[in-house]
Amino acid sequence: MAFDIYDFTSLTSSIHEGLATFLPPVGVLIAEWLLVGISVLLFVAVFGLILVYLERKVCALFQQRLGPMRVGKWGLLQTIADFIKLLMKELITPNKADKFLYNLAPFIVIIVTFMAIAAIPFAKGLQAIDFDIGVLYVSSVSSLGVIGVLLAGWSSNNKYSLIGAMRSGAQIISYELSVGMSLITMIILAGSMQISEIIQAQSTGWFIFTGHIPAVIAFIVFLIAGTAETNRGPFDLAEAESELTAGFHTEYSGIKFAFFFLAEYVNLFIVSAMATVLFLGGWMPFHVGSLDGFNAVMDFIPPIFWFFGKVMFVIFLIMWFKWTFPRLRIDQILTLEWKYLLPVNLLNILLMTLIVLMGWHF
Amino acid sequence: MKAIFHYVNDIIKGLSTLVSGMAVTGHYFFRPKLITTQQYPENRSTLKMKERFRGEVIMPHDTNNHHRCTGCGICEMNCPNGSIEIITKMIETPEGKKKKVIDKHIYHLGMCTLCNLCIKACPTGAIVMGQNFEHAVWDRSKLTKVLNQPGSEIMTEVKE
Repeated sequence: MAFDIYDFTSLTSSIHEGLATFLPPVGVLIAEWLLVGISVLLFVAVFGLILVYLERKVCALFQQRLGPMRVGKWGLLQTIADFIKLLMKELITPNKADKFLYNLAPFIVIIVTFMAIAAIPFAKGLQAIDFDIGVLYVSSVSSLGVIGVLLAGWSSNNKYSLIGAMRSGAQIISYELSVGMSLITMIILAGSMQISEIIQAQSTGWFIFTGHIPAVIAFIVFLIAGTAETNRGPFDLAEAESELTAGFHTEYSGIKFAFFFLAEYVNLFIVSAMATVLFLGGWMPFHVGSLDGFNAVMDFIPPIFWFFGKVMFVIFLIMWFKWTFPRLRIDQILTLEWKYLLPVNLLNILLMTLIVLMGWHF
Repeated sequence: MKAIFHYVNDIIKGLSTLVSGMAVTGHYFFRPKLITTQQYPENRSTLKMKERFRGEVIMPHDTNNHHRCTGCGICEMNCPNGSIEIITKMIETPEGKKKKVIDKHIYHLGMCTLCNLCIKACPTGAIVMGQNFEHAVWDRSKLTKVLNQPGSEIMTEVKE
């Protein structure tokens, strides 16, 4: 089996050929679906646990605390222990809850995250599906998650859940617009919606550098709107621990709660991955103009490390927001979106179009 | 035009306050030495409580087993929930005078709210707040303590 850490196409094609030797074409297709499904499942579980641990540690450091320290060295096994605990907990259904929708909601939320991950390029050749409208696909699929949130809030038969779900709905629908607008800004620069082509276009320089002013504005807007999309602080009023106990997932316990919890963190990953793809060059190494020696050193680092390094950087930024800023009120959230982000975004698109038309970008 | 200026000014001001907030938390994040969390059972030998910490009421004795308590009972009267009982006895001084001294200063730690009123009220400064906080015992009768040590006497310099 050919394995090249710089280009995974050889690995995937060798798996494909290996399967084709003893399976009919339909069998190969099904086997590949299964393989991709299992790897996405494993990735979600493992990366979700790592993110929960990181969040707790990062939050603790921001607040001059130590965070989990007891379970394993530096508390490394804390989230695994938590997960085992969640698996063993009783699944509670409230009285007069809409049973079918109540049980369906967590699956909608988690399936949506799986669907979005399918289009994320982890490295060269390590992308499940490369749509020619990849960016549109990710943004539309990830906005489906709000259906799960609304269903969960509605079917729980609990006033806190319902208020949380309604707030979440209003928020996600408004901020979807800003995310879309900042994506459009970058699509204008890239000239394509296909994720692999967007990354290829950044081989000479990441968009945040080549698109200069409008790209930086779009990056900031994307970070703000993406934070709001994932329902994280300072836009976490859908959960608002201090007001609504836990918002839409108040009534959920055990593994169903874990689904919501995991989905939240995987959504964080998806937003960061999209920011990485569109602004920070995906898995492209950092290159500076004509410094060939420097560029060669940068090329030596495998793309998958570049990708995860950038994703971690964006995740760290979003965590930094969460543990610094106080929660916004619902009217403040809507004011920020409709009075500030949207007009800024529209002007930014105009500016980007002008720059692309005049060829002022690098 | 003025409105546009205000609008842009609002955005810039808002962003700059956000950045200054992030600078504060970022300052903490990159300086792990500032962490205030104590890992309690591990650092038991080096743990130092703050001076103002109220662990329990104690009565300091000097090396000659002398304390400053006159047995006046003011602490008992000031205690809001009756955690202190003063038992006095009459003794005869070498000069042949009768004198009231403390027999037992009984302190119920289990009832005490550590409000500090007895220490504020004490006219001779006989009782103070101790730093010990590991009060867990297997039997609640152990929470009733006699603060003056057996055979102790009042310091001669304490004026009554």
